[in-house]
Amino acid sequence: MSSAAGIPMIQLAGVAKRFKQGQPVLDPLDLEISKGEFVTLLGPSGCGKSTLLKLIAGLTPLSSGTIRVDGMNPKNARELLSFIFQDPTLLPWRTVAQNVCLGLELERVAEKRRLKKVEELLELVGLTHVSKAYPRELSGGMKMRVSIARALATNPRLLLMDEPFAALDEMARDRFNEELLRLREEQKWTAIFVTHSVAEAVFLSTRIIILAPNPGRIHAMLPVDLPFPRTATLRTAPEFDLLAASVSRALRGAITT
Amino acid sequence: MKRWLIPAANAFAVFLALLALWQAVIWIFHVAPYMLPPPLAVGKALLARRSLLLNALTITAEEAAGGLLASVVAGTAIALFFAQSRWLRRMLFPYTLLLQTVPIIAIAPLILMWVGAGMSAVTLIAFIISLAPIIANVTQGLISVDENFVQLFLMHNASPAQVLFRLRLPHAVPSLFVGIRIASGLAVIGAITGELYAGSSRVGEGGLGYSILYASTQLQTDYLFALVAAATVLGFAFVFIVMFLEWYSLHRWHESARPLEAD
Repeated sequence: MSSAAGIPMIQLAGVAKRFKQGQPVLDPLDLEISKGEFVTLLGPSGCGKSTLLKLIAGLTPLSSGTIRVDGMNPKNARELLSFIFQDPTLLPWRTVAQNVCLGLELERVAEKRRLKKVEELLELVGLTHVSKAYPRELSGGMKMRVSIARALATNPRLLLMDEPFAALDEMARDRFNEELLRLREEQKWTAIFVTHSVAEAVFLSTRIIILAPNPGRIHAMLPVDLPFPRTATLRTAPEFDLLAASVSRALRGAITT
Repeated sequence: MKRWLIPAANAFAVFLALLALWQAVIWIFHVAPYMLPPPLAVGKALLARRSLLLNALTITAEEAAGGLLASVVAGTAIALFFAQSRWLRRMLFPYTLLLQTVPIIAIAPLILMWVGAGMSAVTLIAFIISLAPIIANVTQGLISVDENFVQLFLMHNASPAQVLFRLRLPHAVPSLFVGIRIASGLAVIGAITGELYAGSSRVGEGGLGYSILYASTQLQTDYLFALVAAATVLGFAFVFIVMFLEWYSLHRWHESARPLEAD
C-alpha cells in the first residue's frame, strides 16, 4: 500500500456503513494512516467523505469492521483528536476567548492552565485583539480562526477537518491553507482533511485519497511528494500543476465509474 | 432632539385625542356619570383614593410577580426534564396544553376551595396560567440545538449534564424570554381573575380584582375606571420589565436584541 511506513495512527479494517434502511453508504474499506501524515479525502458528493470522518471520530456507529485510533477504540481516543466543522460552530453567547476555552473546560482542565493556553492560541491565530468580542461581531474568516484555535487548544494529536474552508473565498482559503501548514509544522499533528478542491488537496497533503460515490469506496491513492515547508510560491510551480492534473484525472475517473 | 422623543410625543397626542373623544361622547349623548364617568372624574378618583389604589396595585403586583417567578423556575425545570427524551415529551406534552386550555375562571373556585382564600391562592392561579408558555418555549429552545454543536461537545467527552447546562440551557435563553413575555401578561390577568373570586382577608382592602368587583357593586364607576387604568399600567409595566431584562441579558450576543440605539 501507499501508506508511509510509519507508526500507525489510524487503522481501518473492513469498515462499512449502511443507512438504517440498508442502503450502503460506504463499501468495506481498509486504510492505514501513519503518524504525521496529512491525508486528504477528495471526491464528489455522496462518496462518504464526511461519513468516514465521523466514523473515525466515533460520532456515528459502524455497520461492520474495526477502527483503531492510536490503537484505541475511537470513543476512547477522543482526548487525542479534535474536529473542525465546515461551519465554525461557535457558541454565540460566549466571547472569542470563551469559545477557544470550551474544549479545555469540558475536559476539566484547571483554570490557570486554561487561561494560559487560550492566550497562547489567540496569539497563534492572531486574534488577541478580539478576545472579548462575540462571534456575531466577527467576519467569516475570523470565526474560522476561532474554530481552529478551539480545536488546537486541547493539544490534539489528530485533527479531523470537514471542509473547513469551503465557505471562504479563494484568497482567504489559500491563506488559511498556508497557515494550517505552519501550525502543523509547529505542533506536529496528524491530519485528515475533507475537501472538494483539487488545489487545496495538493497543497496541503502528503497523500490524497480519492473516493468514488454510490456507494462510497476508495478509487485511488496518490502520494504528494512535494517538500515541506510549502509556501504560496508552490502553487505556481510546474510540479504542482503536474500533480493537480493527475489528481483531476483520477477524480474524473471516480465520477464516471 | 432625541430620536425617541418624537414617537413618544406622538403617542401622547393619541392619548389626549382619546380623552377628548371620551369627553365628547359624554357631552353629545348625555351619558350618566355612573355609566361612563368623564375623564376628569376618573382623574379625581385616582388622586382621592391613591393610597387605597396603590395598596391594591401592590397586592396584585406581588401575586402576579410571585406566580410568574414560580412559573419561570418550575417551567424551566419541567422543560429540562422534557428535553431528556422524545418519548417523555410525547407522553407528557399534551398535558401542558391542558394547562393552557382549561378556563382559569372555571378552576379558580376549586383552587380557592383547596388552598383557602388569600394571596397564596391568587398567586397559585397566576402561576398556573403562566406556566404553559414557559414550558413550551423553553422545551423548544432546549431541543432545537444544531446537531454539530452536540457533536462538538461529544468530541470533548462532555457529560450529559455539560451538554444540558453549557449548551442546551444557554441556547434556550432567548426562547425562555419569549415565554416570559407571554407569561407576564397572563400572570397579571390570572392574578386579577383570581382576586375576583378570592376576595380579601380584610374588608375593603384587596388587590385590583377585588377592588374592581367592590367598586362595581357600589356603582363607583369613576374609581372602577381608575382601577382598570391601574391594571393596564401594571400589565404594561410587567411586559416592559421583561423586555428590559431580555435586552439586558441578550444584547451582547443575540441577533434579536440589537443595541438599543441601533434602530
